[in-house]
Amino acid sequence: MTRLSKRGSTKPPGNVGYWKRNLVYLTILLSIWALVSFGFSILLVEPLNRIRWGGFKLGFWFAQQGAMYVFVVLIFVYVRLMNRLDRDYDVDERDDS
Amino acid sequence: MSVQSWTFIMVATSFALYIGVAIWSRAKSTGDFYVAGGNVSPVVNGLATAAGWMSAASFISMAGLIAFMGRDGSVYLMGWTGGYVLLALLLAPYLRKFGKYTVPDFVGDRYYSQVARVVAVICAIFVSFTYVAGQMRGVGIVFSRFIGVSIETGVVIGMGIVFFYAVLGGMKGITYTQVAQYCVLIFAFLVPAIFISLLLTGNPIPQLGFGSTLSDGSGVYLLDRLDGLGQELGFAAYTDGQKGTLDVLFITAALMVGTAGLPHVIVRFYTVPKVWQARSSAGWALLFIALLYTTAPAVAAFARANLLTTVSNQPYSDVPAWFSNWEATGLIQFDDKNGDGLIQYTGPRSDIPNELTIDRDIMVLANPEIANLPAWVTGLVAAGGLAAALSTAAGLLLVIATSVAHDLFKNSFRSDISEKTELRIARITVGFAVVVSGYLGIHPPGFVGEVVALAFGLAAASFFPAILLGIFTKRMNSYGAVSGMIAGITFTTLYIAYFKFLYPELNSADHWWLGISPEGIGTVGMLLNFAVSGVVAWLTPPPPVEIQRFVEEIRVPRKLA
Repeated sequence: MTRLSKRGSTKPPGNVGYWKRNLVYLTILLSIWALVSFGFSILLVEPLNRIRWGGFKLGFWFAQQGAMYVFVVLIFVYVRLMNRLDRDYDVDERDDS
Repeated sequence: MSVQSWTFIMVATSFALYIGVAIWSRAKSTGDFYVAGGNVSPVVNGLATAAGWMSAASFISMAGLIAFMGRDGSVYLMGWTGGYVLLALLLAPYLRKFGKYTVPDFVGDRYYSQVARVVAVICAIFVSFTYVAGQMRGVGIVFSRFIGVSIETGVVIGMGIVFFYAVLGGMKGITYTQVAQYCVLIFAFLVPAIFISLLLTGNPIPQLGFGSTLSDGSGVYLLDRLDGLGQELGFAAYTDGQKGTLDVLFITAALMVGTAGLPHVIVRFYTVPKVWQARSSAGWALLFIALLYTTAPAVAAFARANLLTTVSNQPYSDVPAWFSNWEATGLIQFDDKNGDGLIQYTGPRSDIPNELTIDRDIMVLANPEIANLPAWVTGLVAAGGLAAALSTAAGLLLVIATSVAHDLFKNSFRSDISEKTELRIARITVGFAVVVSGYLGIHPPGFVGEVVALAFGLAAASFFPAILLGIFTKRMNSYGAVSGMIAGITFTTLYIAYFKFLYPELNSADHWWLGISPEGIGTVGMLLNFAVSGVVAWLTPPPPVEIQRFVEEIRVPRKLA
């Protein structure tokens, strides 16, 4: 995929490419979201519980701790990715807008 | 100093703080009143969102609930946090770009339909009233247990405080008092948790102490001890699940999607100036929420271990002082069925009948006493419980006021009213809503607990699909969205009403459809909404060109040329 102009260009913003890339990010991040919550913590909890992680059974740890840590990280990763994407496609809000 | 004087000092100081903040942040315009002028910073908005989200139930009841549910308690932990990922990625940035005041604003504008707007307003008001009644009750209970006034007096004091800063400051006043309330409630939750973690496991961080060995010299992991003790007494192992897998899946999904669709949460993202700030304030909000939510399961395990080791099979004559204190409130009940003078606390798989009944709220409220912590900690917990209840109540009351003044009055009936009149109507509505919710707190209708499932189910089955489809598909039209919302709401309401009100005796896994409990049915309602919306939109003409243009506009942060 070709990145469009950097800031300062007079071309109209490449909304189609911007939106497609956004959807790719969403698909990847929400797959991880579903994997740690519905996957590791619910559907796969029994097999994972056979693995010990210190005093925790791994499936139980994901259900009551791990999934929540991953959720927080996912949002901040999304914020970084999107801030960069906004700049690359020159659609970020300027201070005067 | 006694527990009571400490409690009084802590509560009075925190209330003085909230009033001071409210006077400093008065609202001057409808923009101030509805969205705090739209210039709140992401971290401040994250703090306010976290305080508004964590209610009396999160603060007081959740850890106790998990202590009795074991691993199944994770439906609340993941359900009430995972929704923020959906909010941040799928809703918040686009609603911020849209940039008006309310959820019904978006639904009404995107679907160019007064019917859609009115359906959304009714859902918003219903969901918020359901919630706020529970909060007022929580305020009353904390007052009566810790300060010794009646529940009624407690509710009236709580009403007075909320009335003062919600009517005066609107969203602006609420935002800054919520920041103060977050600080009070998180401090009040963490201090006892850290003390108890140190006491039980020698590790000051509850999240790690949870997985550490006990400090009694046995070298056994806390969770292994809990599994073993529980099974000996006829309970399921703490780290095992009891609910069906499909049910756990559906409840978790319903709570997640419901969270993302709750109007008092969504409206917070209208208060930041820019799209990137809407994204990042969802991250801050979840970080601040996770601080309490990752501590709660540790508190649950500690409390459970304390209960099983200090009370079970002990002679009733020498129980610790906290046991007798809370027995006086009726929250602990002991019935010596076999007359041997010992407390038999047993689970459903044991042959020995259980003699002990414990209210789940005790686990957090009595924690400082169980762990022999100083009196000021108990006072702090009382102030924290009040902060949690008041901050949530204020946010909900504002949604009700905005819905009535802005969505119903201004946008549905009388578009010609001036801003000044609109602001006055909003203030009067807040005042009225405070009084109604206070009344519901003093005379709680028996169904308050039951309808919380309905609040989440309705948010999941109505707002979430309508907003999501409105952003991610240009083809979705008003026919599709309205019929989808109505199908989702009707199905969810009927299913919950059937098992909760009409035939409560049938409310068990054997009778549920596919083993899905009323708590999890919102997920099915949401899927139904998506399906109906899709089919109806496909059979009817696409939305007008200007609406498709509107969708393109909200998808990018900057205003299009």
